[in-house]
Amino acid sequence: MTTLTKHPDPELSASGKPGNSRKSRKPHKRGKPAAGFRGIGDLKIALLFIAPAMVGFLLFYLVPTIRGIYLSFTEYSILGDPEWIGVKNYQQIVKDPLFWNALGVTSEYVVINIVLQTLLALGLAILMHRVAKSTLIRGALLLPYLMANVIAALLWFWMLDYQIGIVNQFIEWFGLPRVAFFGSEEWAIPTQALINTWRHMGYTALLIFAGLQAIPHTVYEAASIDGSKAFSTFWRITLPLLRPVLVLVLVVTVIGSFQVFDTVAVTTQGGPVNATRVLQYYIYQRAFNEQDFGYGSALAVILFLILAIVAFIQMKFLRGNQSDLD
Amino acid sequence: MKKKVLGAVAAAAVATLALSACGSGGASSADSAKGEISYWLWDSNQLPAYQQCADDFHKTNPDITVKITQTGWDDYWGKITNGMASGTAPDVFTDHLSKYPDFIKTKQLVALDDAVSNDKVDLTQYNAGLADLWVGQDGKRYGLPKDWDTVGLFYNKKMAADAGLSPEQMAALTWNPQDGGSYEKAIAHLTVDKNGKRGDEPGFDKNNVAVYGLGLPGSDAENAGQTQWSFLSATTGWSATDKNPWGSHFNYDDKRVQDTIAWWASLAQKGYMPKLETTVGANAPDAFGAGKAAINANGDWMIGQYKGYKGIDLGIAPTPTGVDGKSASMFNGLADSIWAGTKKKDASIKWVEYLGSSACQDVVAAKAVVFPAIKSSTDKAAAAFKAKGIDVTAFTQHVKDKSTFLLPITDNAAKVAGIMKPAMDAVIAGKAPASSLSAANDQVNALFSK
Repeated sequence: MTTLTKHPDPELSASGKPGNSRKSRKPHKRGKPAAGFRGIGDLKIALLFIAPAMVGFLLFYLVPTIRGIYLSFTEYSILGDPEWIGVKNYQQIVKDPLFWNALGVTSEYVVINIVLQTLLALGLAILMHRVAKSTLIRGALLLPYLMANVIAALLWFWMLDYQIGIVNQFIEWFGLPRVAFFGSEEWAIPTQALINTWRHMGYTALLIFAGLQAIPHTVYEAASIDGSKAFSTFWRITLPLLRPVLVLVLVVTVIGSFQVFDTVAVTTQGGPVNATRVLQYYIYQRAFNEQDFGYGSALAVILFLILAIVAFIQMKFLRGNQSDLD
Repeated sequence: MKKKVLGAVAAAAVATLALSACGSGGASSADSAKGEISYWLWDSNQLPAYQQCADDFHKTNPDITVKITQTGWDDYWGKITNGMASGTAPDVFTDHLSKYPDFIKTKQLVALDDAVSNDKVDLTQYNAGLADLWVGQDGKRYGLPKDWDTVGLFYNKKMAADAGLSPEQMAALTWNPQDGGSYEKAIAHLTVDKNGKRGDEPGFDKNNVAVYGLGLPGSDAENAGQTQWSFLSATTGWSATDKNPWGSHFNYDDKRVQDTIAWWASLAQKGYMPKLETTVGANAPDAFGAGKAAINANGDWMIGQYKGYKGIDLGIAPTPTGVDGKSASMFNGLADSIWAGTKKKDASIKWVEYLGSSACQDVVAAKAVVFPAIKSSTDKAAAAFKAKGIDVTAFTQHVKDKSTFLLPITDNAAKVAGIMKPAMDAVIAGKAPASSLSAANDQVNALFSK
């Protein structure tokens, strides 16, 4: 949240001076001569404050990541020692139809999930911004997000059950045939994408809502004075000024949805056939079910690379680190 | 002498447990024979029986306490494996035939040969073949048998009677992979659509079925069809592996098993069995309990659950007589194994021997939940079931007639399941022909050629 509000603030204060670029602004703010002294003095304190996060980062992120990369070049069954086999795991992955299947299935999930979730969240955020000003309603939108993923998945698993699910009961009342939401290969991924859209859209909307609030009223006033209609105001002012927030939201949600696991694990477990064998679940299956931790690690490294590339592309081409408010 | 062996085992345990930095600092034999030992099992139905055994054991061995932990099957094996890697696995645990080959390979189990010969454990007291299942490829023994199971047909007696099928007829069903024999005829006749038309009557609506003749819990490929189709395919002369135990070549490319599976899958297309897609998240025994299926093939460990459904008059029939003129069943057995990293090896051996003795197995028998491995205890269990009003002949007869075959015991069991389940699911769902199993079979066999 802090990163969201931090960005626009300094930009705003500087927006009055048109000629100011980023580079020239920085030295102004930090006192020039004392910078060296203060820097070292701050360093100790800074390290002290950073230490808790640093320890966590080292222990739970950096070390496991490096170990994971190492294990991806080994054959390792958790019992016994890892055995170095070079890039053999990666060679096998390229030829593994289940890996390509997982990539396809995961992509399908991500596309459905992200498109729907972002559109709905944007709509909700605008409603929160313009119409629903009551905290109660704004809070209610966040309710699904307060539910644990597993609970949300199980809740829908039962409601959408073929035999006893209430949704299928309604469908039957309308004279339509029952739908095997989780059981049919066509429906299994869209169903799970919709469940996670339902759970996450309130939260995503909240992020976008924060971004909307950071857009200064003055630009809207200027637009209305110039006779801009609602739609073109939205298209030409709101959206461009919201871009940094939208990019952040996209990066975070795309990474999150590439990592879909718990919904699959508590419902279809990869099935029917291979329809929901998403990457994370396949990694889990190879590592923990089949005791093939080397292969699982190699898959995880590939997922890591995919996510890094996707995040990079998003930041680069959507210019997420720049604001149009300058 | 004993101390030496112990030291060697402890050293081996430390050597193999590369990950357990905390390490077991070499158990001294004085501590090894007393104190608290942990024992794990997965079946909650059996927990009371084994708690009773543990209490009795403590009475005769006051310096040993057994702490029992029950964990559901889905989490059980992950916890055991993680425990072995981190040095916190239970001293003694209930072991499964499909899992223990991997534990032997990674040297996680204590060989019991010395204990068996020193303490003169009578291996002939167990039902024939059970004790030998736990001898690994290295010729060493890694478990003492505790129970066994076979498969039968649970059916709804009232539905059968309404369909004009007597218990005698249900007990004498026949099967072949071409037209399904009287087994399919019974299944078809027991299937009823929403308009009350039976599956073998003209005008039967297969898309609106109220009661299925046969329930479907899944393709069961991960268990080599143990409760669903193995009792049929076995009568064609087919077996899953080149030899058993310790086969290294699977035979899912064989026409006989593919014909069996094709026939089985056809039941779903005909509307006699639920479609696979409708069973995701559903529980087949519960559907039986709710009167939505007339027959369920399942293992004897489910007797208690099936008997427990209110308002269902439960019948139990033996598996159908197949192509070779015999009724067959897969035979599976559990045993208790000792973890190589235990610090209480002597106490653990005592406990395992007690679990494998009639003192404990008679207690289990009296609770009528499973069939203990010891012959005399099996008879006592059958009597206990009878006292509850359940005739278990359909299960015990297989053992008496020796009409059983083994669950395939091989290396790579989890990987085989990982390949076979999706492949078999696709066939049962009607998305792929049974011949597609040949490709999966090649993948499976590639695991063993590495």
